[in-house]
Amino acid sequence: MSAYDLLIAPFMDYGFMRRALVACLCLALGAAPIGTFLSMRRMSLMGDALSHAVLPGAAIGYLVAGSLSLTAMGIGGLIAGLSVALLAGVVSRMTVLQEDASFASFYLISLAVGVLIVSLRGSNIDLLHVLFGTILAIDNDALMLIGTITSLTLVALALLYRPLVIDCFDPGFLRAVGGRGPLIHALFMLMVVLNLVASFQALGTLMAVGLMMLPAAIAQLWARTLPAMLAISVVTAFVSGYAGLIASYHLELASGPTIIVAAAIIYVVSLVAAPSGLMSRYIRRPHLAN
Amino acid sequence: MTSPAISLENLTVTYNRHPAVHHVSGALARGSLTAIAGPNGAGKSTLLRAIMGELKPAEGSIRRSVPSRDYGYLPQAADINRRFPVSVMDIVVTGAWKRVGAFGGIGRAERQKASEALVAVGLEGFEARPIGSLSAGQFQRTLFARLLLQDASVIILDEPFTAIDSRTTQDLIDIVLRWHGEGRTVVAVLHDHEQVRAHFPQTLLIARELIGWGPTEEVMTAQNLKQARALAERWDETAPVCEVPA
Repeated sequence: MSAYDLLIAPFMDYGFMRRALVACLCLALGAAPIGTFLSMRRMSLMGDALSHAVLPGAAIGYLVAGSLSLTAMGIGGLIAGLSVALLAGVVSRMTVLQEDASFASFYLISLAVGVLIVSLRGSNIDLLHVLFGTILAIDNDALMLIGTITSLTLVALALLYRPLVIDCFDPGFLRAVGGRGPLIHALFMLMVVLNLVASFQALGTLMAVGLMMLPAAIAQLWARTLPAMLAISVVTAFVSGYAGLIASYHLELASGPTIIVAAAIIYVVSLVAAPSGLMSRYIRRPHLAN
Repeated sequence: MTSPAISLENLTVTYNRHPAVHHVSGALARGSLTAIAGPNGAGKSTLLRAIMGELKPAEGSIRRSVPSRDYGYLPQAADINRRFPVSVMDIVVTGAWKRVGAFGGIGRAERQKASEALVAVGLEGFEARPIGSLSAGQFQRTLFARLLLQDASVIILDEPFTAIDSRTTQDLIDIVLRWHGEGRTVVAVLHDHEQVRAHFPQTLLIARELIGWGPTEEVMTAQNLKQARALAERWDETAPVCEVPA
């Protein structure tokens, strides 16, 4: 088997592999930087909660469209995700519950309701698809949706970059200079939900955050400046997507989980080998003179 | 006589209906240099946060004669994520917000000003240092450099010299005095009475109630300070509704 057969041929021969690869590229460009900002804002688990919140809306979209229509499920998921983000925000402002506690409650409710709705009508196969994604079944419409979300995300990040960064490390300053922190936060959450909807199409509700949070964690282990982190997160997300697709093709594995496992392998290697990783603790280097 | 920079009218600010600042009236003259003194729990930070609009008055009002973007505010133990991967320069240039906003470009002129501000606070050559590597004193100097870049007409400092060594404190006090000389209105919460007496012409002594507000030597008397200590420690869980007429 030549290198061409191994690394390139699957994408030349099959349209679904090409579409899956483009989807991975889109997710890498959009979701990975969003994930980096999420973890910089110490909201990693919030992303996880929101990804489950997308499920009931997607399930209703699935019921209405009658089949696994990714567009109907995407719109439903968007509405559900935004509602939960809003509700959790409202609950944390109106009651004693902190935002993470209200998120945890809402995502459990969403997950339960979503699975119930899918099982009401669909088969176990459909349920599996919803939970773990169907990256190889992405059609042109779904690809358009994902691509649109990625484009919106990149434009929004470019426009909001400065207030978003300030809001991450010094929200009090942004408030004092009248920088509309709450608006920035709301727009950021909108981007999170949009990217989760895109990611949901490919990786399913249980692993939608995979290409968001794992590359973000890897980037933080290697880089010391924010631009470098964002770049590393994009590259590792795309490499994971590509490697996962190739491996799942040749080894006949489920592609979504294989992509996440590919990212996980990079993560574990980074944990050990990165400058701030485990290895640096056991290799003693002489201290500097000044 | 020009209109005051900030005037308080019968201001009361509460937490859970208990007053932290109670019926305070008075005015900060433009260009004045005022220390806010008082024991712990006297409502000093609360007063500043109310002036900054972060807390709503339960009663009374605050009138501010300059728009909020002309305020420079250094909160107590600023809520800054020191592990965030930004450099000293990144922090200082955020002080240009009033001029560049969210979208405007930060050009060479602003970077030049930021470098000059770093020289002024004694951090020459620190531009590229990540903020996580700074000592407490260096970090406070960085925040002062940002205030310099903000070019604010009213500057509000909440315990700016806490946990800072004497050399750094002296450098930063010099900057405060420079601001005063430039005609800016400066207010600072301070715990060190010697600093207050040595550098601040005006003092506002508060212990939830206003004890005194005026020239420092008239306000910082032994009797006033004793009264402030006694008042601040009073806390009645079952206090009745306050009946002081507005």
